[in-house]
Amino acid sequence: MGYTLNFAAVWRNFDFLLSGLALSLGLAVVSILIGAVIGLFAAFALTSKNRYAIASAQLYVTVIRNLPILVLVLFAYFAMPQMGVRLDKMESFVLVLSLYSGAYLAEVFRAGLLSIPKGLTEAGLAIGLTGMQIRSSIIAPLMLRNVLPSLSSTTISLFKDTSLAAAIAVPELTFAARKINVESFRVVETWMVTSGLYVATCFLIAASMRFVEGRLALPR
Amino acid sequence: MSYTFLEQFWIARYVIMNGLGMTVSISLLAILAGSILGVFVGLALVYGGAVLRLTVRAYTDVIRGTPVLVLVLASYYVSSAAGVDLGPFSAGVLALAIFCSSHVGEIVRGALQAIPKGQTEAAKAIGLTFTQTFTSVLWPQAMRQCLPSWVNTAAEMVKASTLLSVIGVAELLLRTQEIISRNFMSLQFYFLAGALYFIVNYGIEHFGKYVERKTALPS
Repeated sequence: MGYTLNFAAVWRNFDFLLSGLALSLGLAVVSILIGAVIGLFAAFALTSKNRYAIASAQLYVTVIRNLPILVLVLFAYFAMPQMGVRLDKMESFVLVLSLYSGAYLAEVFRAGLLSIPKGLTEAGLAIGLTGMQIRSSIIAPLMLRNVLPSLSSTTISLFKDTSLAAAIAVPELTFAARKINVESFRVVETWMVTSGLYVATCFLIAASMRFVEGRLALPR
Repeated sequence: MSYTFLEQFWIARYVIMNGLGMTVSISLLAILAGSILGVFVGLALVYGGAVLRLTVRAYTDVIRGTPVLVLVLASYYVSSAAGVDLGPFSAGVLALAIFCSSHVGEIVRGALQAIPKGQTEAAKAIGLTFTQTFTSVLWPQAMRQCLPSWVNTAAEMVKASTLLSVIGVAELLLRTQEIISRNFMSLQFYFLAGALYFIVNYGIEHFGKYVERKTALPS
């Protein structure tokens, strides 16, 4: 095959790729923060004693986890206006990604909550803390440390899922790559550089999460 | 003249069924090819020599660090640029199979490494060859370990098959979009597609739990 690699077109548009990458990261960070709050509430509901709270949280987690995220993305952008909810593409994508990450994080946090010994809650009650105080100042901080490894892999897959925003023309990394690909026809080079950028970013996320894990580890 | 949703659904019934059939065939092909390839990836990661292990590790890390949509687009565009005209269907299935293989590879690696070393030593002690040890001691145990995550991956593949709509494969999601572009009932038909995907994945999940119960060791 007489294909010679020529990265000139890709380097010429590298700024465009980088701004796409920045947008991907931004979407991921905002969604994971909102998703963590949703996931925390859902996990507390899943481990509560209230039957209705458990059932509704379970319904949310099961439904979201069994749906393709692309269907959710398209639904939020194209179908929700029919229900009178009109969001722009960035808002609707963040909404979907937050709800999506919330469902996955709910399971992660639930496992974390179950690993916290019961004695800690009892100790909190004994010194007169309310249920809310026990959750926010004893259980949640301990649980978050425990779940950091799974949190890191959820964050990475969330970051990769931002590529779906390309389907509704949000100019993130995949969208930028597609545009360069179509305009320059430097197909192999474009996708090599793009996937290199994704892989490198995933690597950085994993490394920094490991660093945080080390810093936050409880002395044993 | 305007039709109700049920009438529109009746008009589009074959199109939807076709799309669902396409989704199922894409997923089945990708899971099958990906699992076979993935078993070799897992074996190479555990038993391979240094060079092979490093190569395969690089392969899995790159695939796992790349979004599936990028794999699908890259497979589609690169194959045609390389002069092999795969067409959207084969290119998409290839991308999903590669994605699946990296996940199955990690699952197999984890399962094999979780088996206590004593098992291999015991097998050696009674004079089994490596092949015998593997096929009758290690593999049956690893399979049980793999099952839950493998079922998860299968459900993941069904969800990932929606991405083939982006390169024009007429699976369920693309069919749904076509129907919506004719009748503008986006709410109803996205709901319908979502329900169908939910049923398929929920079914896979429960079938997996059933198989798990059936193959569980008596305790």
